[in-house]
Parts: sequence; C-alpha cells; structure tokens
Amino acid sequence: MNFDSGLPIYIQIVEIIKTRIATGILKRGEKLPSVRDMATELKVNPNTIQRSYGELERENVVFTQRGMGTFVTEEESILEELKGNMAREKIISFMEDMERLGYNRDEIPAIIKETILEGK
Amino acid sequence: MDNIVEIKGLNKRYDRKEALRNIDLSIEKGKVVGILGPNGSGKTTLIKLLMGLLHPNTGEIRIDGQSPGVHTKSVISYLPDRNPLYSWMSVKDAIQMFQEFYQDFDEKKAEGLLQFMKLDRTMKVSNMSKGMKEKLNLALVLSRRAKVYILDEPIAGVDPVARDQILDAIIDNYKEDSAMIITTHLVRDMENIFDQVVFLGDGEIILSGEAERLREDRNMQIDGLYKEIFG
Repeated sequence: MNFDSGLPIYIQIVEIIKTRIATGILKRGEKLPSVRDMATELKVNPNTIQRSYGELERENVVFTQRGMGTFVTEEESILEELKGNMAREKIISFMEDMERLGYNRDEIPAIIKETILEGK
Repeated sequence: MDNIVEIKGLNKRYDRKEALRNIDLSIEKGKVVGILGPNGSGKTTLIKLLMGLLHPNTGEIRIDGQSPGVHTKSVISYLPDRNPLYSWMSVKDAIQMFQEFYQDFDEKKAEGLLQFMKLDRTMKVSNMSKGMKEKLNLALVLSRRAKVYILDEPIAGVDPVARDQILDAIIDNYKEDSAMIITTHLVRDMENIFDQVVFLGDGEIILSGEAERLREDRNMQIDGLYKEIFG
C-alpha cells in the first residue's frame, strides 16, 4: 500500500482503522488483527502499527486487554462520535469541492435535494 | 538505550578518493534502518566496514559492543548485493552450506521461508532468475537468529511479485531483539518498513532521523524527501 499524503504513516493507519470501524468492517467489541498481522496486511513496520494502536487507545476508540489483544470499544457514544466526525469531515471536503466549482454554500442544499429527487 | 550498532567519526578513503566522511550513527535493537542514497554514495562501503571486509582510516565501529571481527561476524546475518551462491548448487546444497557455516541457522525457519517464497529444494541456482536467487538468499539470511541483519539492496532488479514476497518476508521476520540495516535506492517501495532513515550522499550523511518524524516535519513521504535531496 502506498501512503501518499504528507502525513506520518501511523496517522494514515489510524484513519484506515477508524473507517473500518465506522463502516462496520470492524464491529463493536471486536478484536483487531494482531500487530503482526496488520503489519503484514498493510506492508509496514510492526512498530508503526503499534503506534497506531497506541493512538487509537489514547482516543478511547480501542482498548487493550493484557495478553488478549486490542479490541474496538464497547461504548456506543464513542462509536457514534467517530461516525459523526467522519461524516462532518466528508461534508466539509464536499463543500470545499463545490465551492471550487463556483457554487456558494447557500446553493448546495438545493442541489443535493435535486439529486436525491432524481433518484441518484 | 540499547544500541546494538554504534559508529563514531568514521572515515574511509580509497587512494585519494574519500568514500565516507565523518559518519556518526547509532542503531537501537528492534529498529529497521534504511540507508538511502544513489549509486556511488557510499552505502556498500559502509556495509563492508560494518562487516569487517574493509577497515576504516579513522573512527570507530561497535557492533554488540565490539569492533568488527570474529564475534561481530557471528552476530551479523548479511545479504550481499551480489549472489554469493555457486551456480552448481541446489537449494538443498545452499541450506546445507548455511547449516555448516552458521550455528544460529534455523532449518525449520528456512523450510517455512522457502515454502513462502515458492522455492523447491531441488532447484538449481544456475536455473534461477534474478528474483529467485534474491529470494533464496534472503530466505537463508533471515533463517539465522542474528542480532543484526544487513540487507544490501534486497529488491534491486527483481520483478514486482518477487519484490512483494521479499517485503513480506522482511516484515514477517521483524524481531524486537535485533536490528535490521537495509540499503536501497528504491525508496518508494521500501520506506514503509523503516523506523529510521539515513540519507547518504557523496560519502556523507546529509540527513538522518526517525522516518515518521521526518514525514511530520517536512509534510511529505520519505520518497518525496529523497527526490528533493538527490533529484
């Protein structure tokens, strides 16, 4: 996998895992792949994965049980917040794209409505 | 800090030409270090000094606390940049040679790695492609329980499939209690496995540091930084 943005790889992996959680690929309370398996899958140094897991734990998105592994949080509020944050980021980047196309913010809801009505 | 490799004020000249100037480098256990630079930048000279195949003019090298010699050779597993196996050898012969040469050779491990690389024991070196030879040599080198692994251009000139297998084998064989030193000019393909990178140009360290820190500070990947420095 190529990590093309200028961000450190561990942060890009944090985003990948958050997306997997938000889209249900990784479910509430589910065990994450071991550091080694994840390193092999993403073809990165295991130390990098360790750092990503550490960051996710710091943000309370995952928790570690000694000798058992790392698990997705059980707390619904955190998962909702994660989803909400990701949705907001998508919307912001969408709006920035639209503005670049020359639409102003007030016009955007109407265009969205139109697209929905067209059944797209 | 647990430095397994320590280099201080290293200088190496060939006749009049300065091959390496003022190299300082410390490598901790559990780290994967990329030595990056174009051809002729001094990468292979540095490796040969670590291996004790060349001697420095000035400066000091310590590996596992000792100068390059009998002890350090026994704790380093080295993948040279050219195939060191005889062409008459079969995979089986090569395994046997490693077993006789190195006490820390783990045959079970070699078995697993050869299977992963899809290399048959009866294959002859003379019938192998460049990629297959590279895979065989890497499998042998990674099958030793060494303290330092030195891989000199492990993916140069091999096809993309072999390249992926080689990268996977390196990642799978990462060990917390040993260090890996890898030279390459194929930065884009390998940068994700490095903890630490050293940019070597014209015999000098131009820049070195923790890979993630450099990405953060420069707001680009190591490959981009490489192009900026050497491009």
